[in-house]
Amino acid sequence: MGANGIMLSIENLTIAYGNIKAVDNISLEVNEGEIVTLIGANGAGKSSTLRAISGIVPYSGLIRYRHQDLRGVAAHRIVAMGMAQVPEGRGIFGNLTVMENLKLATWQRKDKGEIAKDYERAFVIFPQLQKRKDQQGGTLSGGEQQMLAVARALMSRSSMMLLDEPSMGLAPMLVRDIFQVLCDINRAGTTILLVEQNAHMALSIASRAYVLETGRIILSGPGKDLLGDPRVREAYLGVDA
Amino acid sequence: MMINTSRIRQFKEKLETKRWLLPALLVFVFALSLVIQQFELLDPYVQLIIMYVGINIILTLSLNLINGYMGEFSVGHAGFMAIGAYVASFLTVKVFPADMAAWLFPLAVMAGGAVAGVVGLVVAFPSFKTRGDYLAIVTLAFGMIVKSVIENIDALGGPRGFLGMEKLSTLPWVFFWVLVSVWVIRNLIYSNFGRGVLSIREDEIASDLMSVNTNHVKVLAFTVSSFFAGIAGGLFAHLLQFINPRAFDIIKSTDILIMVYLGGIGSIAGSVIGATVYTVLLEVLRPMGIWRMVFMPLVLVLLMIFRPRGIMGLREFRWFVPVRDMLASRLWREKKAGT
Repeated sequence: MGANGIMLSIENLTIAYGNIKAVDNISLEVNEGEIVTLIGANGAGKSSTLRAISGIVPYSGLIRYRHQDLRGVAAHRIVAMGMAQVPEGRGIFGNLTVMENLKLATWQRKDKGEIAKDYERAFVIFPQLQKRKDQQGGTLSGGEQQMLAVARALMSRSSMMLLDEPSMGLAPMLVRDIFQVLCDINRAGTTILLVEQNAHMALSIASRAYVLETGRIILSGPGKDLLGDPRVREAYLGVDA
Repeated sequence: MMINTSRIRQFKEKLETKRWLLPALLVFVFALSLVIQQFELLDPYVQLIIMYVGINIILTLSLNLINGYMGEFSVGHAGFMAIGAYVASFLTVKVFPADMAAWLFPLAVMAGGAVAGVVGLVVAFPSFKTRGDYLAIVTLAFGMIVKSVIENIDALGGPRGFLGMEKLSTLPWVFFWVLVSVWVIRNLIYSNFGRGVLSIREDEIASDLMSVNTNHVKVLAFTVSSFFAGIAGGLFAHLLQFINPRAFDIIKSTDILIMVYLGGIGSIAGSVIGATVYTVLLEVLRPMGIWRMVFMPLVLVLLMIFRPRGIMGLREFRWFVPVRDMLASRLWREKKAGT
């Protein structure tokens, strides 16, 4: 699965909350089969960008998924078009069981047999979830909730997955596990757009990366290159260049 | 970690065999209600209270779908009840031939529910375009509009009210409609659609991002809820044999809200218990006179302190839970005990 064809392209995206521009005229693209990461500090506009792609905040500019303009398309339609989401703060339905959480991701799917296969697949990737499948989502540990959020995104069998800070609030060991799973998912053919504060982890798995600072893209390039870039090292990795 | 599979199988068999009890029990109660009505086995006053309980169960269930399961806040249920009451009454008194009214009564109640449902659809469309508390404001206004519209229609008796209905609401009919509403709402909740309803309560944005068409779910749930409020209205009108707009004011809506939160949000058993306890308690306390209006709010305050989710909040009697879901939670408990 090489880089063939543009999956998602963003041109001149601007998102404003009142007078404050959270994202200021950025352009980026994600090619099929890539892991692209968007890193930056708090308030850099990472999550806003992701929300615009998901169709839950208004924006100006052009967002295209597989050459189709996403403006005005309802959030649930965008998901059904093949863009699975791991929302910020995981978005687990706390009073519903793990199984119900997974079932919800197949809400628009009618192919029962295939859905059953997808449960199997999710449980192979996250055996821990199978043990907890009848437990309420809110009673899971942070790491398990994150696994559930990723598993849920897998259930929609999407060609692309958007993740908003999957490392948030997790122990370094768990973060490594989650990122390992993301690599596996990517290798199985899912294109990934990853928004992260944990720059080191994100850059080490990314094919390409964009660095956002106060709403603007200040750097971009292959993940490994940025990992060695003195500006990134100083600002985001806490290493003196 | 040992899981005792034979015990689970036994449990499954027990559940499935025991489930035959439920229809049998229901048929028995239905027969009993017929007999009671036919031979006046119960004091008419007691019968009246039982029918009130039934009507309140339907109202509570229908509002629980919106306020409890979906987590929105509607306060205009008396309005939908009024629509059902007036449509059904108008049909039995003015439209249907007098000698046929008793036979066409179910049709009249259905029509009342249907009209209430359609009006619910019309109300739901604009109010769910926005998120949050707007539904409360819209439904509050809606309740007032319905009341003043009826007050200004002379054909419906205006503020004087509407009468001439025969006493067509009987124990078997009320029991039948309670059964229908419990059955429909229970099956709705445990379906794919129902999971969509619950996910809106849990986290609406996440629900959208899981591909749930939240707008569609909200509008449809609200329509179903209005339908059953209308059904309850039709039954209520043909029990009291007299309706006037004041019977469906904000106080009535508040009563339904109280029953929902007393019984417990997001629970069918809770709706049944809440409606029963509230209705019966108000009757039992009648000798207290004006003091019962002090006592009841006090009960509510205490309940909110000690059981903020209501008597059955988010929990359910096993009879209402489908076998597959029960097995799932049973399995989980077995596993936990095994570790």
